[in-house]
Amino acid sequence: MSTTTTPFAEVAASTSTLRAFLHGLPGVDRVGADARAAMLGTRSIKTTAKRQAIDLAIRMVDLTTLEGADTVGKVRAMCAKAIHPDPTDPSVPAVAAVCVYPDLVATAVQALKGSGVKVASVATAFPSGRSSLEVKVADTELAVAAGASEIDMVIDRGAFLSGDYLTVYEQIAAVKGACGSAHLKVILETGELATYDNVRRASWLAMIAGADFIKTSTGKVSPAATLPVTLVMLEAVRDFLRTAGRKVGVKPAGGIRTTKDAIKYLVLVNETAGPDWLDPDWFRLGASSLLNDLLMQRQKMASGRYAGPDYFTLD
Amino acid sequence: MSERLAVRKTYKLFIGGAFPRSESGRSYVVNSSKGEFLANASKASRKDARDAVTAARKAFPGWSAATAYNRGQILYRVAEMLEGRRAQFVAELVDADGVGVRKAGELVDAAVDRLVWYAGWSDKIGAIRGSANPVAGPYFNLSSTEPTGVVAVVAPGEGPLLGLISVIAPVIVTGNTCVVVASERAPLPSVTLAEVLATSDLPGGVVNILTGSAAEIAPWLAGHMDVNAIDLTGAGAELAVTCEELAAENLKRVLRPPTAKIDWLADPGTDRMTAFLETKTVWHPIGT
Repeated sequence: MSTTTTPFAEVAASTSTLRAFLHGLPGVDRVGADARAAMLGTRSIKTTAKRQAIDLAIRMVDLTTLEGADTVGKVRAMCAKAIHPDPTDPSVPAVAAVCVYPDLVATAVQALKGSGVKVASVATAFPSGRSSLEVKVADTELAVAAGASEIDMVIDRGAFLSGDYLTVYEQIAAVKGACGSAHLKVILETGELATYDNVRRASWLAMIAGADFIKTSTGKVSPAATLPVTLVMLEAVRDFLRTAGRKVGVKPAGGIRTTKDAIKYLVLVNETAGPDWLDPDWFRLGASSLLNDLLMQRQKMASGRYAGPDYFTLD
Repeated sequence: MSERLAVRKTYKLFIGGAFPRSESGRSYVVNSSKGEFLANASKASRKDARDAVTAARKAFPGWSAATAYNRGQILYRVAEMLEGRRAQFVAELVDADGVGVRKAGELVDAAVDRLVWYAGWSDKIGAIRGSANPVAGPYFNLSSTEPTGVVAVVAPGEGPLLGLISVIAPVIVTGNTCVVVASERAPLPSVTLAEVLATSDLPGGVVNILTGSAAEIAPWLAGHMDVNAIDLTGAGAELAVTCEELAAENLKRVLRPPTAKIDWLADPGTDRMTAFLETKTVWHPIGT
């Protein structure tokens, strides 16, 4: 293996070398992955550890709104919530980022100015990714020019599933180029990849092509993020760090609604990739309704009584 | 031929239309009025109570938006199903209360009649609690009733069937959903009632029944910010005070325990229904 800055340069030389590399990755034991994720999900996190986990999870949230009905007002309201998730309790940390469509990036940037909360934008014909490379790159440039510091792109699942790995690679690399200094998160849409082997291959493909983060799902396809899929991706970033010397983050997104779910993911991160990844720079939770549940659990721990949704914002 | 093995019933909780065991895995021994062992019942924990509130909240939009006619029909259906299990309830009441078969039969009949009576109220309660109000201005002014929301009910210790029906029916007939803490001493009829409810077209989560210690569970329900009202009929004086204090935090409606022993066979009146109703008043301009 070459030791240049791109140790996988020769892998990406052609579709056949890419195929040989990706299909040479060890297969995923589906039953084993499911069982391990389920086992780690039974860990009991209580009291002080739970309090820390809740605050960490809040700091990891990418507060997301990706609806056709999004308005400037809704994005501003969400940004206010991102900075002060619970206005009645200043000890609640801010979330990591807000995630919006490209046309609303400027609104979010303005609303979050000086707060430290980042602005992420989906791009590249989200959520299907069905457009030409030119349009995808232009979409990315639009979001970056508007001030997005993170770009969530989708891969071309059609090309990936038909074995055209080079197209997927080149598109990711081109979008990475268009990102400039912005971080690139690559959405694999694992719900459409059918097997864990494909999830592992797509993870490696994205990382080789330059992804800063790999993300499970758009949130538009069911199933979205699941524990076993995230396990496979966490193993991939761990192995990629060992092989290529570059650290890549992971972001499960979609379907994470409860504090219990979020804590299961944190356990999974700790036990798979290691505690180095337990940081908003390396692990994110793409969610919207999760935040209120985290706040309710936090309030329950502080007040000793079960909280109710009437006391938090409707998103 | 070998003797057939007994198939014993596991007495479980009733949450969200399902019959889970207690999350805590606990159970407690239920004895008959004569002190003989009857069964082990689930001993619900605060987390079961929390799950029950979640289920009740989830069921509330659908149940409160159902037509009054539909709610009445479903309550009538519950009465039908109860009637079909008459023999089983009679046997359980004989065990639980030490009453004779004939008296137990009367109590089951009264419970069925009580359900039918409340079922009839579903589309009439609005007529006695709603009004067109005379106002000094060019407005129609109309008041109508709305359900309070999720109601926690501490069921009476006495009257394991009739008492239980008499506290559940008035809460749900108006569109509330409820979490019921059944009689600690005699919980078995409540579990059988749950089986009746589960087969009566009653949407899951409208009635949730927990068995166990009221002193343990009721304060959690009273303090729960997502519970809108609490009926303390079955709470002792001391527990009632604790619960009422906790209920003040989110201004729950509180129905205090009775000062005198209730005769469940007597005409219940409409008080239990109206205790868990809100009044919505609409001002509508007349003309242009």
